[in-house]
Amino acid sequence: MSPTLLEGNAWRYGRNVDTDVIIPARYLALNDPKELGRHCLEDLDPEFVSKVKKGDILVAEENFGSGSSREHAPLAIKGCGVAAVIASSFARIFYRNAFNVGLPILESPPAVEGTKTGDRLRVDLEKGLIENLTTGNVYQATPVPEFMREIISRGGLVEYVKMRLNSNKQGKE
Amino acid sequence: MGHTITEKILAFHAGSEEVSPGDLVNVRVDLALANDITAPLAIEAFRSMGAERVFDREKVALIPDHFTPARDIPAAQNCALLRDFAREQELAHYFEVGRMGIEHVLLPEMGLVLPGEVVVGADSHTCTYGALGAFSTGVGSTDLAMAMALGEIWLRVPESMKLYYHGELQPWVGGKDLILHTIGSIGVDGARYRAMEFHGPAIAALSMDSRFAMANMAIEAGAKNGIFHIDDKTLEWLKGRSEREYRVFESDPDAVYVEEIDFDVSGLEPQVAFPHLPSNVKPVSQAGEVEIDQVVIGSCTNGRLEDMETAAAILSGRKVHPGVRAIIIPGTQWVVREMARRGWMEVFISAGAAVSTPTCGPCLGGHMGILAAGERSVSTTNRNFVGRMGHPESEVYLAGPAVAAASAVTGKLTDPREVMGE
Repeated sequence: MSPTLLEGNAWRYGRNVDTDVIIPARYLALNDPKELGRHCLEDLDPEFVSKVKKGDILVAEENFGSGSSREHAPLAIKGCGVAAVIASSFARIFYRNAFNVGLPILESPPAVEGTKTGDRLRVDLEKGLIENLTTGNVYQATPVPEFMREIISRGGLVEYVKMRLNSNKQGKE
Repeated sequence: MGHTITEKILAFHAGSEEVSPGDLVNVRVDLALANDITAPLAIEAFRSMGAERVFDREKVALIPDHFTPARDIPAAQNCALLRDFAREQELAHYFEVGRMGIEHVLLPEMGLVLPGEVVVGADSHTCTYGALGAFSTGVGSTDLAMAMALGEIWLRVPESMKLYYHGELQPWVGGKDLILHTIGSIGVDGARYRAMEFHGPAIAALSMDSRFAMANMAIEAGAKNGIFHIDDKTLEWLKGRSEREYRVFESDPDAVYVEEIDFDVSGLEPQVAFPHLPSNVKPVSQAGEVEIDQVVIGSCTNGRLEDMETAAAILSGRKVHPGVRAIIIPGTQWVVREMARRGWMEVFISAGAAVSTPTCGPCLGGHMGILAAGERSVSTTNRNFVGRMGHPESEVYLAGPAVAAASAVTGKLTDPREVMGE
């Protein structure tokens, strides 16, 4: 089980952070999260990768992860050590991909508005609570759809499909 | 209460009487596809799921089109992985270089997508097939692995928005201009999570190639899918492509839309999206003096026959500006052959343009036309994000093939009517 309580420093960005700046296509022949992580966000903020610390939290405005379907994007974010992404809203393919690769994401426009780069954040994934320890403000993230919660509780999509395939096999025997 | 075409297709594939926006449904998939960038991760996830065989060897397509013909050793390794998997699974639809085309141009051309079907692809531009009245959407590699293993995908039924276009289109204005104009109006998240349903007399008058270009860029407004109703043009286009049966779905007159927008496109000029968002759109007459270094005509948006025809009409008897590299990338081998047969290959070569084998190549900064720092490209592709076509300090201006070809001649962003003396 991954931890449900996270604490880290915020990295704050604007609207429409697209998957091309999260991980440029020149690195898409790579599949290893660690290698991808070395180039995460380098076209948006060249200093990010050298300064980000394990457990830090990305915070961005509307439409985070817009653009391509590359699963390399949430993998690169995980690979550089980021523990979670908080955004005002997410592009839909990125939203699904983040769940599928186990990158925690939370939607909360007020939390984004109330956060600056360098703020210390604490996140309770189970309750969807975001606490800005620097300002003392607490925010409730938009609840995750129930069906997705069920998939998460079964260990993610890979485990869910594994279970389905097993029950198909048993059905045939 | 009535339902939209999107809701009806999803209900049918979920085995339900009806579904409504917001419902989470498990739907049967008619085709699952991936390319040389997304398939390696999908195959890895497929194995982790303990899957041994794909759900149906006729309903999984692998298309190595992004970094191919392999641009470097890692790309070649990924292609080898696809090839081995296709052999192991005896996939009916694996397309090797030489038979390969850009996936979203190729699959409809091969008759692999039909009206009323559900298609999921590990590529965001999978929404292209909505031009045929199919529900199609882009997903990530793990979701695609589920589709390959089970032949199913879970989806949230999207709210639909109705986009209605009326008025007669000006010369040199096509589907690309309509969709750029639309994205410019509603923004890059103006259709986020929604179905974009295209209607109206201006749509009825559009060619199929132009409709593909429009559906293709629904994702650039954040949409889950873009969709058209089928008409005589669709039926004519489908003729002889497949013997499979298909179902035709239509939105009910009392279907519910979350938003309806009316566009009068009678005076619409050719459109250009300036860096660095597809919504940063201006009519070409307001472009100002923008000198350029490169022109790309191709991609899953504009790599079809009509696009090549438009470019050839403008480049015929003209020369590419000495300061410009014009790169023409037909979408499939069929388009290549037709270009040769119709004499357009001769036109492009005489004009001083490079003609490539089909590949996604420069669109996503893969290869075949990467930009250096400070360079500008007019491109018929679909995204102009920072660093999309190369160096983070380069710039991409999105346009249709007419603006791109005219700009290749003058060396700056240009209205095709100017070059053609109209």
